[in-house]
Amino acid sequence: MNKEILIAGFGGQGILFSGKFLAYEGLIDGKEVSWLPSYGPEMRGGTANCSIIISDNKIGSPIVDKPDVLIAMNAPSFDKYITEVKAGGQVFVDSSLIDAKTDRDDVEAYYIPATKMAAEEGLTGLANMIILGLFIKKSGIMPDENIEKAMRKVVSAKKEKLFDLNMKAVELGYNYEA
Amino acid sequence: MSEKVLMKGNEALAEAAIMAGCHHYFGYPITPQTEVAAYMSKRLPKIEGGVFLQAESEIAAINMVMGVASTGKRVMTSSSSPGISLKGEGISYIAGCDLPALIVNVQRGGPGLGGIQPSQSDYTQATKGPGHGDFRLIVLAPASVQEMVDMTFKGFELADKYQMPVMLLSDGTMGQMMEPVSLEAGEVKKYDKPWALTGTKGERKPNIVNSLYLKADELEKVNFERYERYAKIEKEEALWEEYRMEDAEVCIVAFGVAARVSKNAIDAAREKGIKVGMIRPITLWPFPKEALLKAADKVDKFISVELNMGQMKDDIELAIRCKKDVLLCNRTGGMIPTVENVLGKIEEAIGGTK
Repeated sequence: MNKEILIAGFGGQGILFSGKFLAYEGLIDGKEVSWLPSYGPEMRGGTANCSIIISDNKIGSPIVDKPDVLIAMNAPSFDKYITEVKAGGQVFVDSSLIDAKTDRDDVEAYYIPATKMAAEEGLTGLANMIILGLFIKKSGIMPDENIEKAMRKVVSAKKEKLFDLNMKAVELGYNYEA
Repeated sequence: MSEKVLMKGNEALAEAAIMAGCHHYFGYPITPQTEVAAYMSKRLPKIEGGVFLQAESEIAAINMVMGVASTGKRVMTSSSSPGISLKGEGISYIAGCDLPALIVNVQRGGPGLGGIQPSQSDYTQATKGPGHGDFRLIVLAPASVQEMVDMTFKGFELADKYQMPVMLLSDGTMGQMMEPVSLEAGEVKKYDKPWALTGTKGERKPNIVNSLYLKADELEKVNFERYERYAKIEKEEALWEEYRMEDAEVCIVAFGVAARVSKNAIDAAREKGIKVGMIRPITLWPFPKEALLKAADKVDKFISVELNMGQMKDDIELAIRCKKDVLLCNRTGGMIPTVENVLGKIEEAIGGTK
């Protein structure tokens, strides 16, 4: 397996955090992983993106130009990267922030109103984890039992409440019928 | 092996430095290496005798490094390209005083203030000695977060062994990315430092650490001696990795993130039946000249892949004594060559698409 994932959106949406969660899951699973963020002023309100590679083999370039999976959390990111997704790849779109739909028929596209769902469920700021939940289900990238293990790695033990909220968000996305 | 953790390159190198016995850090913030200082500011005050100090400038920081180095303690500073230029004078003084120290450059685009995205455009500055006078730095070029750790250990060892400053020449990608890393120090060699300024306690003659020689013949003698040490380093310390070179007709030369991108391009080209491999310099000085010269008798062409305007290409041509053509595949200003860029250059080298 060699999965190249690009998560893109605004700074502050938890793009880097959800990438870190995925990278840890790969590590727990005994895979090679890399996580590369965009950095600098972009992180503070501009567009932010994060390249994650999970692979059975040693990873060459950590830069994802042509993703197998695109998780788009704002319109500029969707417009910028939708054409770059590999044929046969998967696209996950936060449809509460992105009106556009792709006309590509060589990718599987899923639309989920993650930001709206987060607001309704008292999970403001966790749209990233909702959309990730759907990705986990549709990609089968990780065994279900690893979700909790990876979450323990990225949410400090001192923040039990935050842990529960994040798990709830993942579950919400996981069970969404897209 | 200890359990692997995910760490940013900048943080991993900082932790490795502490494990190597470096409990003194002086620096000034600059993107994309600020995590090194941030990490040190959290960890060092908790260590007995540990000192973290954010200096008023890069120039002050490097001179504080010189002060601690003269006492024989392991010490480091880190910065990114414009900040390293400011440290140039201090680095020359440290080399002139024959003091060990680790200097980390997490490179960004230049010249001038340039940009903040990854670059390798300080190659020439690092390998030719960033400062005035006859001197060299040992330059280590990590290509993974694990190597950021390993090279930090190695850097401190080499600095002590040869009594000279060592530079870890990294870039924004290596500094910012996270990869699984094993933080196992193994044995980090310690060296006796009878020259260190530790106080005589009335029991020995005072040591003097100095780079000023007003008599030209004395200065010449010191420089000659230093270059004898450099000759030994060139002979014994060059490190490189060979990748799929067994039957290669084209040899890519690349370090750091450029080598990572090149690996993908080589694998893609091999699938098309193109015989291409890579020599990845791990030490940029000493440059792996002999490995390249040996390869020059086997391959038809070389390709230098760099994040600058071709600074290493000259060194490759010198190393192979211009026996073969060296093509250049480069991006600069913070851009990174894509796998397609490198693959395209490989195809150009063999004379068209296969």
